[in-house]
Amino acid sequence: MKRLRFLAIAALLAAALAEVVLPRIVHGEGAEGTAGESVHFAFENWPAFGCLYGLASCLAIIVVSKLLGKAWLSRREDYYDR
Amino acid sequence: MTVEWVHPGLLLILGAWTLPLLKGSVKRAGMLLLPAAALAVCLRMQPGTHGEGAFLGLDLVFGRVDRLSLVFSYVFSLMAFIGMLYSLHVEDDAQHVAALTYAGGALGVVFAGDLVSLYVFWELMALSSTVLVWSRREPRAVAAGFRYLLVHILGGVLLLAGILLQKAATGSIAFGSMAPSASGAGLGPALILAAFLLNAAVPPLGAWLPDAYPEATVTGAVFLTAFTTKSAVYALLRGFPGTELLVWAGAVMALYGVVYAVLENDARRLLAYHIISQVGYMVCGVGIGTDLALNGASAHAFAHILYKSLLFMGAGAVLEVTGRRKLSEMGGLWRTMPVTLALYMVGAFAISAVPLFSGFVSKSMVVSASGEAHRPAIFLMLTLASAGTFLHTGLKLPWYMFFGKDRGLPGREPPRNMLSAMGLAAAACVALGVLPGLLYGRLPFPVDYVPYTLHHVTATLGMLAFTALGFFLLLRHLDPEPTVTLDTDWFYRRGLAPLAGAARRLLARLERGFVGELYEVVVRRPVLGVASLLRAIDGSVIDAAAEGVGRWVAGVGRSLRSLASGNVQHYALAMAAGAAALATLAILVR
Repeated sequence: MKRLRFLAIAALLAAALAEVVLPRIVHGEGAEGTAGESVHFAFENWPAFGCLYGLASCLAIIVVSKLLGKAWLSRREDYYDR
Repeated sequence: MTVEWVHPGLLLILGAWTLPLLKGSVKRAGMLLLPAAALAVCLRMQPGTHGEGAFLGLDLVFGRVDRLSLVFSYVFSLMAFIGMLYSLHVEDDAQHVAALTYAGGALGVVFAGDLVSLYVFWELMALSSTVLVWSRREPRAVAAGFRYLLVHILGGVLLLAGILLQKAATGSIAFGSMAPSASGAGLGPALILAAFLLNAAVPPLGAWLPDAYPEATVTGAVFLTAFTTKSAVYALLRGFPGTELLVWAGAVMALYGVVYAVLENDARRLLAYHIISQVGYMVCGVGIGTDLALNGASAHAFAHILYKSLLFMGAGAVLEVTGRRKLSEMGGLWRTMPVTLALYMVGAFAISAVPLFSGFVSKSMVVSASGEAHRPAIFLMLTLASAGTFLHTGLKLPWYMFFGKDRGLPGREPPRNMLSAMGLAAAACVALGVLPGLLYGRLPFPVDYVPYTLHHVTATLGMLAFTALGFFLLLRHLDPEPTVTLDTDWFYRRGLAPLAGAARRLLARLERGFVGELYEVVVRRPVLGVASLLRAIDGSVIDAAAEGVGRWVAGVGRSLRSLASGNVQHYALAMAAGAAALATLAILVR
């Protein structure tokens, strides 16, 4: 279990590092935006934007959905049968 | 219809009726040959207009073949093949006929060049798909099937009304672009658009999908995931490219499906909400309307049909083997169903747009199109929904189904034909991801899009990795709960209840008063009168005749009885005499 956790953290760091470093190495210093490719917005070139947005998205989806469910949408299983 | 042109949809619809006449391995061969033949016909088809005809003064076109209809026809007929392979072990002719008719209807929609033949195939799809829901033959399934049918009948009425208004306004029933920019906004196109949106399951018109699909049979649901929503996406691509409403409807839809999937406990209903989410990308792409976006919507429909069917086949295999459909009752199946798990995960990686899987090369076209169109809000909404997709289909569902708490369910791998169908779909998901050119070369517009750029790959991997981090951080709060979730189907399941009571009272009054009287005068009295007349005829005429016939038969019988002596020699003599008489006759006549 410890080993698995270590591997998971290593993978996360590798993913973040790859996103921050690799494009800069390949396209040279200050190549932001000129990378051309699939980049359309300035915020996409923020360091590790994918990682941060992924984490924020995941947390936001879970929290918002669960709140919506508790407050309004979730009902007992036999709701439509009564 | 020219002889050189065979309608692949008609091939499936008519061919389906031979299956009940066949048996055993011949029937199973037929089940695979029909969709294979349809696929071959589609692959050989040349662009052009075929199958034109006039009916009641309407110019019908059954075979409008161009790049857009061809790319959809390939995936529809391929999907029909995968679905039939998956249901090869099922001994239920009604399901097989309905499934092939449904797939044939989808092909009919794709090749329809006019609105009237579109309508005919549209309704055929609604009816045949309802059979797939009913075929589970449980009260819940029957009720859900009726709700499904009623919603689609409403959609059909909207479509028909729209077509009639469109014909009155323009004098033509040709099925071309009806986008507001092209012809000015009219009521006819608006109704047609509403019918398309209903079938594409765009909220608030989409609650029929998660209501009905999880109630269908294990194999029927696999067909359902493919055809209704994606034929609607085709219809939107054809009729309403570049409609601004669709951009926002699609982006909202992508998130809506994700939010509901968090709350869902039924495995197939969770996946059904993700159909809505994924179709959202396609609807959004249609709305953006650039070449890249329309290509993206078509490509994503193609990839989606394959990976979504794979996911439904995986969840269906678990349901088939364990009989469990709720995540809160599953867990620990990785030990006994490792192949199913592996194939399911291919579908999960494809829908989550992991590099080297099909979703990566198709979904990103739509997302990039939103970037090219300088729409940051849409871009962020679609990317947010991507994280949610991985969260549910890639993490939550496999976690609770195959890992998590081991409930000691007696699992085993499903029948070989089901695994083969899943393997075929999985192979397609990987092939499209590794060799995107296979798909890009068949899209409606020329493609100069490159999915595998360094930035795209690293950003996607980072996003997926940290979505996984978020999942495990909040895992405690994600345990599925035994609840149902309110959706817009509430309005016709509970909201209309008071109205139904009032309507029932009104109908009861009408029944007792007006209808009862009418029945007495129009039906009961004449019937009774005729009945007594008949009895009189029966007594006087028929009985006498019957007695006469009886007496005659008795007389003949008495005379024959003397012939039947029971002595074998007498019979042999009579036979010999007969043979001699026949021989004499033969000689004389010659």
